[in-house]
Amino acid sequence: MASLFDETKTQGAGGQTEALFAPEGTQPVNLSRRRFLMGSAGVASGALVLGFGIPLAAPRVRAAEAGAGKAFDVPAFIEIRPDNTLRFLSPFMEGGQGTFTAMAQIVGEELDMDPAVFTVEAAPAGEVFQIMNGRRVTGGSNSVRSSYDTMRRIGASGRAMLLQAGAKRLGVPLAQLSTQPGKVVHAASGRSVTYGELAADARDMAVPDAASVTLRDPSTFRWIGKPVARLDMHMKSTGKAVYAIDCKVEDLLQAAVQHAPRLGLQPGVVRNEAAVKAMPGVHSVHVLEGAVAVVAPYWWHARQAADALDVEWKEPANPDDVRYMPADFATEAFAAKLAAETGRGEQAETAGDVAGAFASAATTLEATYRSQYLHHAQLEPPSTLARFNADGTLDMWLPNQVPEMFQAAIAKQAGLEPAQVKIHSPLLGGFFGRHFLYKDGNPYPHAIALAKATGRPVKVIWSREEEFLRDPLRPMAVVKFRGALDKDGWPVGLDVVSVCEGPSEGIANARGKELDDSALEGITGKSYAIANRRIAQAYVKNPPTLAYWRSVGNSMNDFFYESFLDEMADKGGKDPYALRLRLLAGNARLTNLLKAAVDLSGGWKRGPFTAADGSRRARGLAMASPFGSEAAAVAEVSIKDGQVVVHDIWEAIDPGSIVNPAIVAAQVNSAVALGLSQVLVEGADYEDGLPVARNFDAYSILPPDRMANVHVKIIESGAKMGGIGEPPLPAVPPAVANAVSALTGKRVRAMPLSRETFTT
Amino acid sequence: MKLQVNGSPREVDAEPEMPLLWALRDVLGMTGTKYGCGIAQCGACSVLVDGVVTRSCVTPVGSVAESKITTIEAMEEDALGQKVVAAWVKHQVPQCGYCQSGQVMAAVSLLKENAHPSEEDVRAAMINLCRCGTYNAIHAALSDLAGHAGKETA
Repeated sequence: MASLFDETKTQGAGGQTEALFAPEGTQPVNLSRRRFLMGSAGVASGALVLGFGIPLAAPRVRAAEAGAGKAFDVPAFIEIRPDNTLRFLSPFMEGGQGTFTAMAQIVGEELDMDPAVFTVEAAPAGEVFQIMNGRRVTGGSNSVRSSYDTMRRIGASGRAMLLQAGAKRLGVPLAQLSTQPGKVVHAASGRSVTYGELAADARDMAVPDAASVTLRDPSTFRWIGKPVARLDMHMKSTGKAVYAIDCKVEDLLQAAVQHAPRLGLQPGVVRNEAAVKAMPGVHSVHVLEGAVAVVAPYWWHARQAADALDVEWKEPANPDDVRYMPADFATEAFAAKLAAETGRGEQAETAGDVAGAFASAATTLEATYRSQYLHHAQLEPPSTLARFNADGTLDMWLPNQVPEMFQAAIAKQAGLEPAQVKIHSPLLGGFFGRHFLYKDGNPYPHAIALAKATGRPVKVIWSREEEFLRDPLRPMAVVKFRGALDKDGWPVGLDVVSVCEGPSEGIANARGKELDDSALEGITGKSYAIANRRIAQAYVKNPPTLAYWRSVGNSMNDFFYESFLDEMADKGGKDPYALRLRLLAGNARLTNLLKAAVDLSGGWKRGPFTAADGSRRARGLAMASPFGSEAAAVAEVSIKDGQVVVHDIWEAIDPGSIVNPAIVAAQVNSAVALGLSQVLVEGADYEDGLPVARNFDAYSILPPDRMANVHVKIIESGAKMGGIGEPPLPAVPPAVANAVSALTGKRVRAMPLSRETFTT
Repeated sequence: MKLQVNGSPREVDAEPEMPLLWALRDVLGMTGTKYGCGIAQCGACSVLVDGVVTRSCVTPVGSVAESKITTIEAMEEDALGQKVVAAWVKHQVPQCGYCQSGQVMAAVSLLKENAHPSEEDVRAAMINLCRCGTYNAIHAALSDLAGHAGKETA
């Protein structure tokens, strides 16, 4: 079978070896005769190991039964230990968003095991963990919402197995048994047996049909929907959490690199190679693709030497063949170039008769907005540890959001089969979109090359300076809005052209057949009833490499749209709250949400007004519909020393339903911080083809004294479950910008606001 | 060279220019102290040198040979450190956690000097960066530790 887990074939009690997972083509419904297995390689003896496939969605299963495609197995990996604790291998990475805890809550709820006894780790790369329609991505705020039903069924199947084992052990009919957290209970006799004690027996029990397992009545949930404490708080408060940068193996060498100053250049002669080799601690110097590396037992030695390298950097023969950074690239000039673009672009969303609406409009207005390039600026600099093993396999430790994609890319570079590459995914020291597979944006190619060249395990760490030279950026866009108002001042027409390159087409370094959704999301997909609209993208390639950044296109597009919506309100003499309510008439979910945000703030009070401390303040509001959730935010601002102070953010979020309100509130706080950082202080600039900022001295991220008070209202409307990590972000920048405009009378059309001086 | 780390004498085979951060992480294998920027901007590398919070990424190890160095690894061996860690857990402060070793060290340093810091004291002392934006949770934990009501976070 093709499973990655061939290596974890398990020794049953009788010594027979069995594979854990169904071979390709096996229909999930046939898994009922499969058995739970114990004692797999690396797993504590006597443990219950669940590895099984269950149907994710009935339509897909029916398709498989009809022979329309391969069976859709959804595996998971649970280990119940003799001490009645549990290890769960999560398909999703933990980077602070609380996913590991959410997985424990969902599985634990159905398994009947307290999430607090779970140890959760990131699953290795492997087809069996690709549970998102054959994919596996920690991104798009998808982890919990994409796997909620699957994880419940996995937990429930495990409970059913333990009940069967309990019936045998206690010698009573299954129907007389129930469970309490971590144990099977026979109420009639008062006897019970722990899951840990049953783990060895449970493997011999038949796996129930996934469709037949009984899920808990949600009204009886003990952990789902509750503010369960996150599992990693103590280890993260005591320095015990292990990130990729902390990983060590025997005989390890470490490496630092000097990247080509501009992407596309290649190293020629290292003019001072002999001198660098003679520097303290240096093991060796290596010329790599687009970089030169120094290897040493201690990273600081490698870093000192890499910084000292005097490299001849050569222009590429064919700049068009690579993502090439020209020597004259400057962000200000590039913004001007985008603004000068007059094309009408390609339509992404149209409705009604835009030309007619503008022709018959009583009033029209137009405005041009722009966004800035942004770094991810996750606090853990990227690193990768590569170790070639004697058996021809390769172990890789690296921060990643897509292990199977990295596995494939690594196998290709290393000349191995993917199954020979073992991907270890430690905790992420922040990610925000940083750890997708980005060409030229990840250190793994260096680690592979250096481990090969030295014949020893090598950990490459990119210094912060080298990271800011290769961190792919949130795109810059210039967006041209035209609005049409009727004689009463209400919006009737909207015409938008975003001059940009979307992150997806930037990452691919090629345009797709369809328009890039991630370029325009947040300008498209809005719910306001503006009958006539045309939203288009005028593609202009960006020289810097591009990336997904928390909330992706929405991170800037809602700023553009919601700010211009306030401009239309002002032009038509309407209050921005009243205008939004009118444009959302008949949309109960969003009307309720908007009112909830405003109520949370104590009622709509745009201002300007004088606060208790004597400062002049105003409020702004904005909405966003990112990643399956809905959000509305109110911001209160004042001006101090010419700069914007954000005092409070009140945010209401409707993700449909939730798993952990405390994690949701923490994520709203986090997204508010990143939204404020973007709108207030952040921007990655280039001059002469080089980044102006290479570290946090010149690249500002939100410092503690600029954080706002954050007030959160969670609304569970019962709509389809949406995301949580990203959705609270996009409404924040426009809420702030609208408040600033209300306060100062000056319209804010570019981020960050720190580049302007304000007066009230 | 000899160092006093978490109450124990440690022999460190490194030149005096090596930053304390890398002596801890690479030479002594203590990876609880984090590298974030290397230029004393972010605070992830914070340790205590003779009880005072210090950014180890720009502190030559040779300059602290006579000093007592305390790192996150020893926080729970200290009564105040235990309290701070407990408050961090109670207030569910960390997200990704990468900056939190440094945040805990900064909090311990503040509270060692001033058991009841004012809001302003907290603001002045807690200047480490957190990209996850746990600032309000940090503030709530410190307000709790300092014995006054915290900043609203939810």
